[in-house]
Amino acid sequence: MEAIFDKAFENVVRLRIMSVLMVNEHYDFNAFKELLEVTDGNLASHLKSLESSNYIQVNKSFLGRKTHTTYKATNAGRKAFEAHLNYLENLIRYNNQ
Amino acid sequence: MTHAEKELAEIKSIMERSTRFLSLSGLSGVLAGVFALIGAGLAYYWVYYPNTPFGYRTQYINQDVVFLKLAITAFAVLGLSLISGLVLALKKHKKSKSSLWNAASRRFVAAFFIPLMVGGIFIVAIMFRGYWMIVAPASLIFYGMALLNAAHHTHSDIKYLGYCQMATGICAAFLPGYGLLFWAFGFGILHIVYRISMHLKYDK
Repeated sequence: MEAIFDKAFENVVRLRIMSVLMVNEHYDFNAFKELLEVTDGNLASHLKSLESSNYIQVNKSFLGRKTHTTYKATNAGRKAFEAHLNYLENLIRYNNQ
Repeated sequence: MTHAEKELAEIKSIMERSTRFLSLSGLSGVLAGVFALIGAGLAYYWVYYPNTPFGYRTQYINQDVVFLKLAITAFAVLGLSLISGLVLALKKHKKSKSSLWNAASRRFVAAFFIPLMVGGIFIVAIMFRGYWMIVAPASLIFYGMALLNAAHHTHSDIKYLGYCQMATGICAAFLPGYGLLFWAFGFGILHIVYRISMHLKYDK
């Protein structure tokens, strides 16, 4: 089982985004904003950074005339997140010894 | 708590809070609307027939037989709507082989049924004191509030249905005597219109 501290999840917003995408098939921009209580710009930049690490996939579509942007975790993203979780768990186990 | 423990707790909490209860089938909304319209039709037949629903009542609701018929109809509509919702949700879950009773559905049930139960008990209590005119507006208003309250835990669009139900309830409160019509509009027509508009919005 891989256990690596991933820099991509060092930031708490990115960690939260990835947590959401691990349990939801896809999630849209406004729902993220509501749940995480962050500003548009802040959220967009973290989503962009996860996208450029290929951890999430972006899908834009139209609902009437409005754009509807949804995000989805990639396999690489899931793997990386699991490795990061393992790292955290190992750390806790190590500290408790 | 160490930093890592805090981080894991945070992840767990966000995972739980972000999942919504999405198993409610669209069909169950339409069925609830149809049951409500059938129930309203029966109530009209028992109370107003052969006058129009705008006209005078031919029967009084405080007659025991009429009251019993209306109460049974109301509970049958409620029961059938809940059962069809549950059966269709279970069917959806069987397909995906997951349990229906999870953190998301528990939060939905609590958010939806607490205002609804409180409203139901309140209406029954007030009814026993003879204030019949409160039944239609109060049931619509409490139902609207239950929908609004539950919207965070399921398809967020149901808040619009909630607003419409509350508005219908307020109108019913200002226009006494037309309770049955407002009730049929709120629980019957609005459900069906909502489902059609959601279909047009998402499934096109």
